[in-house]
Amino acid sequence: MSSELHTDIAIIGAGPAGMAAAVAACAQGAHVTLVDDNPRPGGQIWRGGPSQAPASASGTFRQLADSQARLLSGFRVAAVPAPGQLLLEDPHRAQVLRYGKLIIASGARERLLPFPGWTLPGVTGAGGLQALVKGGLDVRDQHIVLAGTGPLLLASAATLRAAGAQVLLIAEQAPWSQLARFGWALKAYPAKLAQAASLAWQLGGVPYHHASHVLAALGQIRLEGVQLQLGARTLTLPCDWLGVGYGLLPNTELLRALHCQINQGAAEVDSLMQTSQTGIYAAGEATGIGGVDKALLEGRIAGLAATGAIAAAQALAPRRKRQLAFAALLDKHFALQPAITQLAQADTLVCRCEDVSHASLQQFDNWREAKLQTRCGMGACQGRICGAACESLYGWQSSGDRPPLLPTRLGSLLEPTLAKANPT
Amino acid sequence: MKVQLFVDGQARLATLGSNLAAALAGQPGRCSVSGQPRAALCGMGVCFECRVTIDGQPHQRACQRVVYEGMEVEREL
Repeated sequence: MSSELHTDIAIIGAGPAGMAAAVAACAQGAHVTLVDDNPRPGGQIWRGGPSQAPASASGTFRQLADSQARLLSGFRVAAVPAPGQLLLEDPHRAQVLRYGKLIIASGARERLLPFPGWTLPGVTGAGGLQALVKGGLDVRDQHIVLAGTGPLLLASAATLRAAGAQVLLIAEQAPWSQLARFGWALKAYPAKLAQAASLAWQLGGVPYHHASHVLAALGQIRLEGVQLQLGARTLTLPCDWLGVGYGLLPNTELLRALHCQINQGAAEVDSLMQTSQTGIYAAGEATGIGGVDKALLEGRIAGLAATGAIAAAQALAPRRKRQLAFAALLDKHFALQPAITQLAQADTLVCRCEDVSHASLQQFDNWREAKLQTRCGMGACQGRICGAACESLYGWQSSGDRPPLLPTRLGSLLEPTLAKANPT
Repeated sequence: MKVQLFVDGQARLATLGSNLAAALAGQPGRCSVSGQPRAALCGMGVCFECRVTIDGQPHQRACQRVVYEGMEVEREL
């Protein structure tokens, strides 16, 4: 069985940016196809769907539902078989999607860095644990420690508390001086300040430690506790879950496969959200970490620009400047402290797919050499987790991606050939 | 509302609409290449640590699949 889909505008990622882009492009009369790896639209921030998302999200969900956009949930982009085509795969089938223009709203993932015990079941990302709770994980009365850096720790703690968990403490690696400057700078962004105040209120009595980080996760076959550095002292706490995340990183695999220029880990775009490749746009976290307001705005601009509504797109540009300034604040004030990249011990695994230890990687000078000798980065995640870790720990730059973009069934890779042979 | 699924042949209930990684609640779904138990890490489809066999299809990411009545899950331990 083989089939090809056609669309004017293909949008990859149905988070806030992709949803906003789809709504804007549909309003211009374009045929839009929205592709998303997750079971439901909403991206990570609105992962639980409209019922769990804040009231401010409901308008976007409703607009998308009312639009004519074709939604392909549970589909991932496996490869780029030819210009203007994407090979999509879901758990059951593969499909070629031909598009006129492409908007990449691939979002972000967490930066996860190795520390002793981080492979134990029960240790997750900080946003990862929030995602699991949004996906239905029961954490009632569970004892949870959150560590890492950035505002996501607070948002995650609020979600966990609302789900009935006992958040024992939050360990933020940034020192007080940096946090205070961030808080001060927030004054220029009343909406963000209100969000921060609301989070602080929801967190009630959860202790928030600055200049603090996780030293080790403890346990034999499952997490039993955590050892923490809290300022000058260390503390060992029993806990059921440990969520650790060191900020967010744009997902750029598809952008790189399409030869879009990447600058400091994010897609380079012009004021109309077009990448270095004509007809390919990027929006949201993929262009730099800046949060949901930036994502919604950029999605709208991209949706308008891709459908030729240039004046309307341009009119939104000044609002984007403000969002970008906020993004720069995040970057600056939550920069990693050197101690965070020195937590791995000799036997700590850095590449979790191929079980490659810190000791066996330290001897290499670059990613390519390490890969060839140890298989680091060659497992199922294709370096999505250890690539960022190796960059933070050893300063290695990724040696470039190879297709397919994700582990893909052999039959799926035949799909473009079959589609050509049996055009529908 | 609950649905019944089978994990390694054992029936268990999960909340309708939840994803499989959430339903497994941190229990390992597989072992690493050196034999360590692993469970969901990123929770959003990136790390592939939570993969299991679903209805005979191997290497499915539990965090990206919504549970359904009669879902058969085999862990790779």
